[in-house]
Amino acid sequence: MASEKFTESMERLAESAAEVASQADALAAQASALVTPVAPAASGGTTFVMLFTIFVMAVFVGYYVVWNVTPALHSPLMSVTNAISSVIIVGALIAAGPADWHLSKVFGFVAVVLASVNIFGGFIVTQRMLQMFKKKK
Amino acid sequence: MTQNTAAFLYLISSVLFVLALRGLSSPTTARQGNLFGIVGMVIAVATTLAMPNVLSYVTIAVAVLIGGTAGTFIALRIQMTALPQLVAAFHSLVGLAAVFVAGAAFYAPEAYGLGAPGAIPAGSLIEMSLGTSIGAITFTGSIIAFGKLQGLITGKPLVFFGQHFVNLALGILLVALIVWFAKDQPAIAFWLIVGVSLLLGVLLIVPIGGADMPVVISMLNSYSGWAACGIGFTLANPALIITGALVGSSGAILSYIMCKGMNRSFFSVILGGFGGETDAAAMDMGDRTVKSGSAQDAAFIMENAASVIIVPGYGMAVAQAQHALREMADLLKERGVTVRYAIHPVAGRMPGHMNVLLAEATVPYDEVLEMDEINRDFPSTDVAFVIGANDVTNPSAKTDPSSAIYGMPILDVERAGTVLFVKRSMASGYAGVDNPLFFRDNTMMLFSDAKKMCEGIIKALE
Repeated sequence: MASEKFTESMERLAESAAEVASQADALAAQASALVTPVAPAASGGTTFVMLFTIFVMAVFVGYYVVWNVTPALHSPLMSVTNAISSVIIVGALIAAGPADWHLSKVFGFVAVVLASVNIFGGFIVTQRMLQMFKKKK
Repeated sequence: MTQNTAAFLYLISSVLFVLALRGLSSPTTARQGNLFGIVGMVIAVATTLAMPNVLSYVTIAVAVLIGGTAGTFIALRIQMTALPQLVAAFHSLVGLAAVFVAGAAFYAPEAYGLGAPGAIPAGSLIEMSLGTSIGAITFTGSIIAFGKLQGLITGKPLVFFGQHFVNLALGILLVALIVWFAKDQPAIAFWLIVGVSLLLGVLLIVPIGGADMPVVISMLNSYSGWAACGIGFTLANPALIITGALVGSSGAILSYIMCKGMNRSFFSVILGGFGGETDAAAMDMGDRTVKSGSAQDAAFIMENAASVIIVPGYGMAVAQAQHALREMADLLKERGVTVRYAIHPVAGRMPGHMNVLLAEATVPYDEVLEMDEINRDFPSTDVAFVIGANDVTNPSAKTDPSSAIYGMPILDVERAGTVLFVKRSMASGYAGVDNPLFFRDNTMMLFSDAKKMCEGIIKALE
């Protein structure tokens, strides 16, 4: 029963992931079509300006998505945002990446450990909480 | 893997993170949302591991194993009442990780495409120092919040003369250090920024009292996001920027909701000094009398009611009464009583804490309602059963402009036919305000520990 449900949700997940991927592909195609011809004339400013654009847009997305979160799930929201903010592990992995040891690799190593605590801990505790929310029988 | 492929994979993981938050709009889609989050994280990590300059898989595997084991162990063992502390502790780790990543980028800029050591562009240095500084503040601030929530440090606000000037001076010093760092990039400036920020993190949180902790952890949640953002700018990594911005705005919204739930401005919370433990003797009883009852009385009243609304607060969590409470509610339901729960936005020590505790006690989530959904139902309800809550039911928030909590939205329990108020003593709540509800004719005080009272009522019902 439980495993059935799990496979079902995994299937749904896979479907949606595939959907997202195809959307991303389409977007990519559009984006490159847009960028290629005009790139020399109107590149979107310096790297910083581009990153800043992404930042501002993401703040807006966050704003609207979070207002839609039901207040009953504010605790899981906190733990899941905590888990995903550990995507900082991306920076840590690059620092820990080189073959030979030096100071920055040590820093990277420590940061990977810290971020891993958060990733595993955050997602698991969120899952534990969400599993408790059940409807009336 | 080309840079473009990597960028697209990062984009996919960012989209999955958005979907993870989107899932939380309803308990039915939330678990799927969490899976999206996990998949997003796996994609981000896998993409980074496939980069040409990431070679030491064994070292990384060891690090992930250490951290992952610790995280898994803690997450599986933690009690749901201790959730706020756990979240505070986890925030501190994100902050510290941000400091270490910034340090790594400073000592080996070539790995991140930031030029050679000693010749990092000024813009990158500013981004780096912002990420470091916010990360360090998040780190020590969260540790203090953790200490307060865990009871290691007193929940009283710690205020001293000239506190705000000290903070202001440290803030100015921090800006000066960042300017120096951006100009000459000496290592000492980097470490001074770290040191000053660590100190600032402590000083910012110590004056904030226990009752304001829901705002504080939401705020630190936000900070940890902005720290990730700062690092994202340094490394020019959009996935980090997007995720950081999501987390940052999420924490900011939660802080806003919490402040609104207490009718406090964000600044008055930050400046601190509010909500210490109050002196129970200070309460002026006057010649007013309270009616008190036993578990048998309470059982009799509720058994004969048509509808009961339970108002839980942090006291219920402290007494671990949620399971006994649910049993009590089940017995009442067997006798045909409609039982619902009313949650105030700031009940508990973190946003949504009460909902999790009730869910843990297997209370179905559709019986648990938010303040706005249930407040108008109190007049048509026979019994309001207040357990472990106080200030959030205080009618003087509506009627008495001189009250410290005047203007705070409250649950209108006094409009119910009878109010049963479980409380250990006549002491006032966190805000230190007298609650006139106790003296009303339709209020019956049940002086007892929350759990013992529920068990007593269960016995009387059986």
